[in-house]
Amino acid sequence: MLDRKIAPRDFGFGEDEAMLRDMVRKFLSDKLPTDTLRRLVAHAPEPVYDAGNRAPWDTAMWSEIVEMGWTGLAVDEAAGGSAVSVAGIAGIVEELGRAALPSPLIPTLSASLLLRRAGGDVAARVMAAIAGGAAVSLALTNAAGSWEPADAPLIARAEGEDLILSGSAHFVQDAFKVGHLIASARLGDVLVLCVVPTDAAGLTLEQDHIHDLTRDQATVHFADLRVGADAILSRDAAGLLEAAWPAFLTLVAADLCGAAEWLLQTTVAYANERVQFDRPIGFFQAVKHPLVNAMVDIDRARSLLYHAAAEIDADTADAATAARMAKSAASDAAAFISNRAIQLHGGIGFTWEYALHIYFKRNLHNQALYGDGVYQRRKLADALIGPIAAA
Amino acid sequence: MNAIDRKFEPQEFRDYARNWLAQNAPPPPPERLPITPIEVMTVGQRDYLQAWQKKCYMAGLLGTDYPVEYGGHGQTGLQRIANQELERAGVPYLINIIGLSMVAPTIMTHGTEEQKRKFLPACLSGEEIWCQGFSEPGAGSDLSNQRTMAVRDGDDWIVNGHKVWTSLGHFAKWMILITRTSTDHRYEGLTYFLCPIAGHPGVTVRPLIKMTGETGFNEVLFQDVRVPDANRLDAVGKGWVVAMTTLSAERGATEGAGSAGSGAGDPAVGVAKLIDLARTVQRGGGVAADDPVTRDAIMQRAILAEGMKQSARRARVPALCDHPMRLPLQTKLVVTEFDQETARLGVEIAGAQSTLYKRDTRAPAAGHWPLAYINSFGNTIAAGTNEIQRNILGERVLGLPKTK
Repeated sequence: MLDRKIAPRDFGFGEDEAMLRDMVRKFLSDKLPTDTLRRLVAHAPEPVYDAGNRAPWDTAMWSEIVEMGWTGLAVDEAAGGSAVSVAGIAGIVEELGRAALPSPLIPTLSASLLLRRAGGDVAARVMAAIAGGAAVSLALTNAAGSWEPADAPLIARAEGEDLILSGSAHFVQDAFKVGHLIASARLGDVLVLCVVPTDAAGLTLEQDHIHDLTRDQATVHFADLRVGADAILSRDAAGLLEAAWPAFLTLVAADLCGAAEWLLQTTVAYANERVQFDRPIGFFQAVKHPLVNAMVDIDRARSLLYHAAAEIDADTADAATAARMAKSAASDAAAFISNRAIQLHGGIGFTWEYALHIYFKRNLHNQALYGDGVYQRRKLADALIGPIAAA
Repeated sequence: MNAIDRKFEPQEFRDYARNWLAQNAPPPPPERLPITPIEVMTVGQRDYLQAWQKKCYMAGLLGTDYPVEYGGHGQTGLQRIANQELERAGVPYLINIIGLSMVAPTIMTHGTEEQKRKFLPACLSGEEIWCQGFSEPGAGSDLSNQRTMAVRDGDDWIVNGHKVWTSLGHFAKWMILITRTSTDHRYEGLTYFLCPIAGHPGVTVRPLIKMTGETGFNEVLFQDVRVPDANRLDAVGKGWVVAMTTLSAERGATEGAGSAGSGAGDPAVGVAKLIDLARTVQRGGGVAADDPVTRDAIMQRAILAEGMKQSARRARVPALCDHPMRLPLQTKLVVTEFDQETARLGVEIAGAQSTLYKRDTRAPAAGHWPLAYINSFGNTIAAGTNEIQRNILGERVLGLPKTK
């Protein structure tokens, strides 16, 4: 490459990004302290786990979030958004993870970053809607849970300028909270991306019953859904999707980092307060050392997170590798502190009435989402060692 | 001393340092150097490295921020840049590593005017090599359990005792020495000295043999050793406080006088070597590089290596650091455990061939992996065991109750 792009040393995380992040942190700690979150999503287990209702979320707070323009944070300025960098978005999403906010904001930010990269009239129109408060999610995953662009969940056939979509998209995040989906489909040998309203005739949302209480998830069925040219984002989307995936991974990594830090600090506070054998349990190295190990893991993940964000912002060839490293490290760091947080809290941490399980389950969901650590490392090995020789 | 005889701007200094290093990189050493400066054993290695340190010092890359009257170059905030450029240039490490990273900051903080003028110039230039006399057979992690006694005798102190794990003791002109001057107080009974070593009456330096079979450090015996009171650093009974200054300098809490090139290799290079090894070794009917379990393990190392690099970068972005010491205090723990586990994985990948000692010409990578693994415990134990590091992190950064 002639003019090799280089990410800035400070990850492009300056005063503006810090101010934005601090504002989000302040808003969420005021509006959604842990007790409020717990009463909101985990009032009792029966409605969600027995009756099969979707976990509640605070639509009034969402209106405030829309009012403040957060949906448009990652949208182009030309479309009325704030065009915040991925590094800046990562800082914000860490806060969403720290608060375990139930909302369609993360899918919407991911969709915005995809649209920003896509360009064109359709993308501009959808971005303008997002900047105006619309929420959008991604329908890119097949039944096997594959996140590979080539395994697009839907089949498309052409009828004149229109496309007819059929099949089912799986593991669609917060589908019941959004107005539109960006769906990928195979049209013969090529990949296409379409924007479809969630209330379109021919589209059915089937609720997934999930552990996580801070989101919803759906299987979305497409019964010969017709989309016109005004809803086709890309007729050859393989390159676009490939380039957009690092950002999707990076935002989930940011969510994991934020939630993991909350679990660490909450457990540290408990270890300073809980007295057994005449001492706060944090005195004992069997408690102290795992918490330090968790901190080291979280810090590694956070460093890799901002590295990935900066590489995406600079559009370098290392973005995919950096994002997979960040997702792997964040998944594993969150898994470890989730585990230790429950164990070190002892009996109280195992109860429904304590908030830890909300974070534990959000992390468990995010660890698997778009591929866990082992999955990412498999892909990394193909890139850094080379593919396994055919037997 | 006239290399940089006026105040430099940061970018100007970086350009200068980079250019100087490009033009003055030394020829290859006459004999192979060990991985770290504290393992330098032969006179040939020592002479080569001492000449190199002197040259860097004369060029203004060491002692950069120290006052001119103490042998420094009178700059402000430029040592960090010199360190980065030394690291980047891939030049040999600096032999007086203990002097630069531990002794000089301690003397600057606690020394008298006379001590600063007497000791700092030759410490910075590397003409006088320093070693550290903290550990004893009965005082390792619990440093306050010092038994080496110093008793006042006129203008002198008489020292008797036994120090261990003394790196570079065989080349040292001086030692930073903690002694017990009172048995009434555990911490307030300690006093810190700048003690002559080479050729000094009553001092015996003996090599200790590591589990690798190699020598690498020493034990130092003191039998009625006279140390002038002028060599006492700070007040009688203040030894613990002075020692804490030394240890926090050691843990990277302060910018050393030029601690670059400590020998810690680029972790990404270690990962690349693992991949090379895996491509040449057979496992399960194919090369190890095609074994999914091995591939996952190598990628775990790759992620840790990149993580170390990115954490060093993030440590300089205050907006992304909640606690200023949170990342710096992790460095020792993270680096030494990375090295150990990477070497262990090399052993695992080498399989049956990992049984071969370096003498055996069939050993892969000249026997590096098993020997590096066996040797790696030196670093997970030295400079405060990693268990002590975890205590420090838990207490100072997370705010958990103190063990002590």
